[in-house]
Amino acid sequence: MSLSITLTVNDVEHRIALEDPRATLLDVLRERLDLTGTKKGCDRGQCGACTVLLDGRRINSCLALAISHDGAQILTIEGVANGDQPHPVQAAFIAHDALQCGFCTPGQIMSAIGLIQEAQAGTDPERVREGMSGNLCRCGAYAGITEAVLDAQKTLDQADRKQAP
Amino acid sequence: MPELTPTQTPAHTRHGSNIGQPLTRQDGLLKVTGRARYAADNHPAGMLHAVMAVSSIARGRVTALNIQAAKAHRGVVEVMTPANKPPLADDPDAKANPFMFRMDVLQTDRVRYANQPIAVVIAETLEAATEAAALLSPRYETDPVRIGLDANEPFVPPAVGIGNPSEERHGDVPAGLAAATNRIEATYETPAQYHNPMEPHAIVAAWDGDKLTIDTPSQGMAMAQGRIAALFGIAPEQIHIRSPFLGGGFGCKGLIAGPQILGIMAARMVGRPVKLVLRREHMYGPVGHRAPTRQTIRLGTDAKGGLTAIDHHVKTTSSTFDDFFEPAAGVSHTLYASPSIATSYEAVRLDTGTPLFMRAPGEATGSIALESAIDEMAQACDMDPLAFRLKNYAEVEPSTGKPFSSKALRDCYAQGAERFGWATRPRAPRQMRDEAGMLVGWGMGTATFPALMFQAQARAVIRQDGSGVMETGAHDMGQGAWTALAQIAADSLGLDVTQVAFRAGTSDLPDAGIAGGSAHTATAGSAIHGAGADVIAKLAALAMGDQRSPLFGAGNAGVIARDGRLVRRDDESRGERYADILARAGVAEVEGRGSSAMDPAAQSAYAMHAHGAVFAEVKVDPDFGQVRVTRLVGAFAAGRIINPRMVRSQYYGGMIWGIGFALQEQAIMDPRSGRPMNPNLAEYHVPVNADVPALEAILVAEHDPHVNPLGIKGVGEIAITGTAGAIANAVWHATGIRVRQFPITLDRLIELAA
Repeated sequence: MSLSITLTVNDVEHRIALEDPRATLLDVLRERLDLTGTKKGCDRGQCGACTVLLDGRRINSCLALAISHDGAQILTIEGVANGDQPHPVQAAFIAHDALQCGFCTPGQIMSAIGLIQEAQAGTDPERVREGMSGNLCRCGAYAGITEAVLDAQKTLDQADRKQAP
Repeated sequence: MPELTPTQTPAHTRHGSNIGQPLTRQDGLLKVTGRARYAADNHPAGMLHAVMAVSSIARGRVTALNIQAAKAHRGVVEVMTPANKPPLADDPDAKANPFMFRMDVLQTDRVRYANQPIAVVIAETLEAATEAAALLSPRYETDPVRIGLDANEPFVPPAVGIGNPSEERHGDVPAGLAAATNRIEATYETPAQYHNPMEPHAIVAAWDGDKLTIDTPSQGMAMAQGRIAALFGIAPEQIHIRSPFLGGGFGCKGLIAGPQILGIMAARMVGRPVKLVLRREHMYGPVGHRAPTRQTIRLGTDAKGGLTAIDHHVKTTSSTFDDFFEPAAGVSHTLYASPSIATSYEAVRLDTGTPLFMRAPGEATGSIALESAIDEMAQACDMDPLAFRLKNYAEVEPSTGKPFSSKALRDCYAQGAERFGWATRPRAPRQMRDEAGMLVGWGMGTATFPALMFQAQARAVIRQDGSGVMETGAHDMGQGAWTALAQIAADSLGLDVTQVAFRAGTSDLPDAGIAGGSAHTATAGSAIHGAGADVIAKLAALAMGDQRSPLFGAGNAGVIARDGRLVRRDDESRGERYADILARAGVAEVEGRGSSAMDPAAQSAYAMHAHGAVFAEVKVDPDFGQVRVTRLVGAFAAGRIINPRMVRSQYYGGMIWGIGFALQEQAIMDPRSGRPMNPNLAEYHVPVNADVPALEAILVAEHDPHVNPLGIKGVGEIAITGTAGAIANAVWHATGIRVRQFPITLDRLIELAA
């Protein structure tokens, strides 16, 4: 049994001959495409370490079967920076020390990018905290994460305003 | 101004500007881009996946496994069971030293706790191995389980923690209590807790003949190397461990655990590299936990609120097959002045995995009880809780009479209280409400953690171009070793941090000791400091002995290493660059070595602890009992601060663990089956971002000339202590209800309110 799917990950198209329909999107990224930046913390959608953007929406990739997403556009942590230039969210995470062990960090950053795109949190730290609460951080870097999201949002807003005619 | 004056070689001082700077994480870019490679991210050619099957009973034996069904699954290569596992050279139940813990690596069919590994399936894909592990459908013979603090015969353990006495008496507690004007007695219970680092234990093991390469998260590579070497009958040098990044440890990755050994056995069995990653539920059994406790504290005071007696009794648990007893009463030895202090322990053996060190082992558990009791006593004396603590301030360590090597706790109390606005707190509970009608309460707690040191080595090199290399096998589990130790390295070499190649995270480097006990920066940092001193001394000798050098004859006055140059102490205009010294001497590089250990003279003369004060505000829903922490201010004094950015993050992390300890974390055990009922991150609650309010951590200045040459105390664990008690006390202040069973959940609050 071989099932062929196509996933566009970080703008690169991958034709994948899936040998097993049970493979999750997370395990396909990690074990088949060597995109190991996305982490597995619980494998059941409870910790958020595996967060990626799927067709622009943040999802837990451990709960997604790869085979159900034939043709999807996926953005992972490896596709976020612009060459050597970190994404504003990545830069803000470093500046605000929004990470310690770093294991939840790719998921936090993908979730933050998703949250900012959703434009629901505004500049309210409470709403940012709520919107980032699907991503656990056992080291307790939450204060920095909240600051980083607010800071990056400001940077991105300014960039948007500059681009606007 | 950050400045280093090494104590061992006063003839050669080094001045640096790296220590004390809030540098961002050296590994930050790797971590935010997903390029930091954790153990499970490795995938050597030909690698197979291994998945453990674990026991669903807590006591008994496995009578049957459907190996045929598992093997029939497509892609399965092997099923490893007690019947066919590769032989080991040493008994996994052996215990040669107190840091060795018995492990379950398929030695027999017996089951001694739930989630114990009972087989390992090795397959071409993770999906196949996972499915086949389920197909094993084990059958068991079960025995009745012992779960809970009253489930077995209590006994007095011979020692608690690692080698601490299980009974200590200082002064006459019965007399102190008899003479007291005010007396309280209260019993507090803390639950079993699980470390739950975000990264589950993982190992990628590859054998090449008798050589073994492993990627696995480790807080102590040298100890792991020794244990693996003994178990597999190979020399430690044959084992190469790579552990550049740990996805959190908190104690459960301090010692190599059974499941990691199983990964190595599996690789040996199939003759191919194997990756074994624990599933989250596997983390609730074979890799340690914080044992539950029941603590009874009796306090007495005179009419002025001065303590006359502290009696702290702890009942805790260990497994049926090994010893680790949570040393929860230790905090009572050091924190409050009292003419009489007694601590004692009893324990029961349960059908659980063996408890282990978990972030602030003993201190966290004991602190929430002691700080609650102190608060209750302050109330009994009708004193402000801060005034009561200051009245009983320990000028010397109460249990030993030793002076403190340094103790800026008064400053912590003052700065924390000022920042929090403690002075306006009403004495009585249930006095404050917010605009939404929520009950508001303020509480405080004292934080404390011993300043420990282990042993470490480091190697330093000054290269031909004048740049430096520093090597020590340090472990970064998020505390910032890559950054803070690099800063120490740079100052020790008189260079900027960008001019030093700092190498850590692999077992072929000098042993950096264990990353635990909040002692890694002090321990590895002191070894680095010594290695830097050694290499600079050699470089200075090269220059001072050479007539062509401007430093010739500077021996008596000495030289200073600064900015990649050595200069004369008596005339700083005369000096030369490291590169020039080496070039003239025709030497490619110079090497120095350093080592560190606790100074026994200082240790016997002084009590060494970090301290802090934490102030908490909570809001409690008066109808539903829901508790939210709305404000936390902690002020901590921990000697010299290498990197305030990293240190603040450590304090925040500890304070957040304090929130979890006070309000959320508990493993719920089924007393019939012995299984944890919430072995996952949805039901074992840890704080999420929305649970964490605006935090503030104040870094209180403290100079300690005795702890170690760098004056460093640890910061990794202290902030749990104090915080958990402060929150519990704030809940009382908000509601007038004293919950003595932790965590303080809404059902407990509502039950006590009724």
